[in-house]
Amino acid sequence: MTGRFGRGSIRLRLVGQLAAVAAVLSVAFFLIVRGVAGQAAEDTQDNILAASATAIADALYTDNNAVSLELPYSAISMLGTISQDRVFYRVVADGTTLTGYDDLPSPDAQTLGPAPNFTTFPYRGESVRVATVLRSVSVGNQPVNVTVTVAQTQLGLAEISSRITATATAIAVGFFLAAMALILLAARSALAPIGRLTRSVSRRGPQDLRPVVTDTPTELVPLVEELNKFISRLGTSLSRSEDLITEAAHRVRTPLAAVRAQAEITHHRLNKPEHRQAIREMIRAIDESSRSAGQLLDHAMVTFRADSHERDALDLTDLLNDTCNRLGPTADLKDIDLIRDLPEHPCEMVGDRILLQSALRNILDNAIKYSPADSRIIVRATDGDAYRLSVSDEGRGFGGAAHTELTTRFSRGSNVSDIVGSGLGLTIADEVALTHGGRLEISENTNGVGACVSLVFPKQ
Amino acid sequence: MRFLLVEDNEQLARATTDRLQLDGHAVDHAPDLTSARESIGLADYDLILLDIMLPDGDGRTFLTEQRQARKRTPVIVLTARSEVSDRVGLLDLGADDYITKPFDFSELQARCRAVLRRQGGNAANQKTFGDAVFDSTAGTLTTAAGTTTLRNRELRLLEVFFGAPGQIFSKTHLMDRLFSFSDDVSENAIEVYVGRLRKKLTSSGVQIETVRGLGYRMVDRT
Repeated sequence: MTGRFGRGSIRLRLVGQLAAVAAVLSVAFFLIVRGVAGQAAEDTQDNILAASATAIADALYTDNNAVSLELPYSAISMLGTISQDRVFYRVVADGTTLTGYDDLPSPDAQTLGPAPNFTTFPYRGESVRVATVLRSVSVGNQPVNVTVTVAQTQLGLAEISSRITATATAIAVGFFLAAMALILLAARSALAPIGRLTRSVSRRGPQDLRPVVTDTPTELVPLVEELNKFISRLGTSLSRSEDLITEAAHRVRTPLAAVRAQAEITHHRLNKPEHRQAIREMIRAIDESSRSAGQLLDHAMVTFRADSHERDALDLTDLLNDTCNRLGPTADLKDIDLIRDLPEHPCEMVGDRILLQSALRNILDNAIKYSPADSRIIVRATDGDAYRLSVSDEGRGFGGAAHTELTTRFSRGSNVSDIVGSGLGLTIADEVALTHGGRLEISENTNGVGACVSLVFPKQ
Repeated sequence: MRFLLVEDNEQLARATTDRLQLDGHAVDHAPDLTSARESIGLADYDLILLDIMLPDGDGRTFLTEQRQARKRTPVIVLTARSEVSDRVGLLDLGADDYITKPFDFSELQARCRAVLRRQGGNAANQKTFGDAVFDSTAGTLTTAAGTTTLRNRELRLLEVFFGAPGQIFSKTHLMDRLFSFSDDVSENAIEVYVGRLRKKLTSSGVQIETVRGLGYRMVDRT
């Protein structure tokens, strides 16, 4: 089934089958027109030949016991009306040629009936149509059989026939072309709903799980219904897993927050350094686990969205400002100055806002985390051949770690073991950059202090 | 400052309340949306800390109600979800900021301050001691020599001293207020910040004294 009918184009099959039908109809049409018209032309010649032969036969009379004939010229001239064809005749009485062409074959009187007899044969190098009339003339008391044969070449008929053929061909070809045009139109309009359905499904963003509502013909209604059922099942299952993640995050993080808060207050009240140290380590462990969980969710989200990321028109300057605003208080806690060096004009690009925000937040968050107190972080955007968003800090740098090492999942620089981290921040930034056709650049600052992480996006 | 904390987890609420009170704020606690609505009707709050998943509904509903009623009280959402998925939605609903659980109290404090600062000054936040005026929201210190802006750690340190003038604070206590748990710093680090504050207070009668073996205290020597 699938081998022959399952694949290929419906349009092609539809058009092909209808075109075959149209071709067969056109040929039949051609044959019928040519046959009927040709027959009509032939009948006309036959009628005139018969009339001519009959007129000649009517002019037979008996004179001195012999058959005589006064050839009526009208009998010959009526044949001249058809065209320039040549006309032959022969009148035979009892086997002797009375008048006309001796060599014009005349059928044997015995074989003829009362109705005119028609034949076609070659004569003097041309095909002639021949009409023969049998007439019995009384000579004395003896009936004598006289055959009157009138022949005419078929040039005119051939001409008419070729005209008819040309006309029939033109009509058949015209019919075929008109039918093809109609077929193509019909195929297009018949298949248009499929195209509409496809577009309405493919235009959807990754979050759009509303049922499909396009005008669909009856034949597609079951498909659309099934599609909608599937979408709703998918939606239910997605929202169930989203609910589960949210619920799980809530159930885990809220008590974790309570524990952390309690620990912080306990820490505050304790005096012995070893107790305080123990609590501090506990709080760090909580921070590490919650940070890892957050970044794992982020990373899963990036991977999910990277496949079918939404494309919004957005302003990178705006996004950088947003990120700086969001992380400003965090930087403030360490007396770190966030210095913004952003262009006055918007840096417009098309991309996934949430992915880009996530990348920028991870980069800036990293910079703050690894920066010493009382330092500066410069957030810069430049607008040249490409957009370059860079975050440059006065921290410890990357200790010579390679780009691939830093952007590998759960892999971190070798000089940061004392700071809480999951090793996913730069992985996320790198993946987001690649998704947008850009790249992540990591370098040590030229003055030897700190690192510079840049996102470079080509202009579209 | 008067805060409303809407949070259903009892321990977290208690700890947060304790900590905010330590910063000198009055905190009312509402364990669900119903009591949050009641509290809103009874008092004027400077800031609302709002949990999203509450036993009797979604905190975002409450946020929407507030904004539809044209109440501009700043709201910081405490979310347990991932940052990304909630971010856009929360800010669109009219939240001023959000913080992901579990959170660092210093960060919560910093975010509260940032939000309140955006909201504009309030004379009630100014504290006067001797001839020095300290505005913790604006982050400024005014002495005879004029007004200077304080950096965040200076600000937090001064907040401790202005909270209880004359009281002696141990280095350990001050360290707890100034440094996060991920910072491994020696006790001497506190001296840097005390030194900076002293420099800003030179033209004032207010001084920060070292009490040998015990810590520091703020006194008025005019």
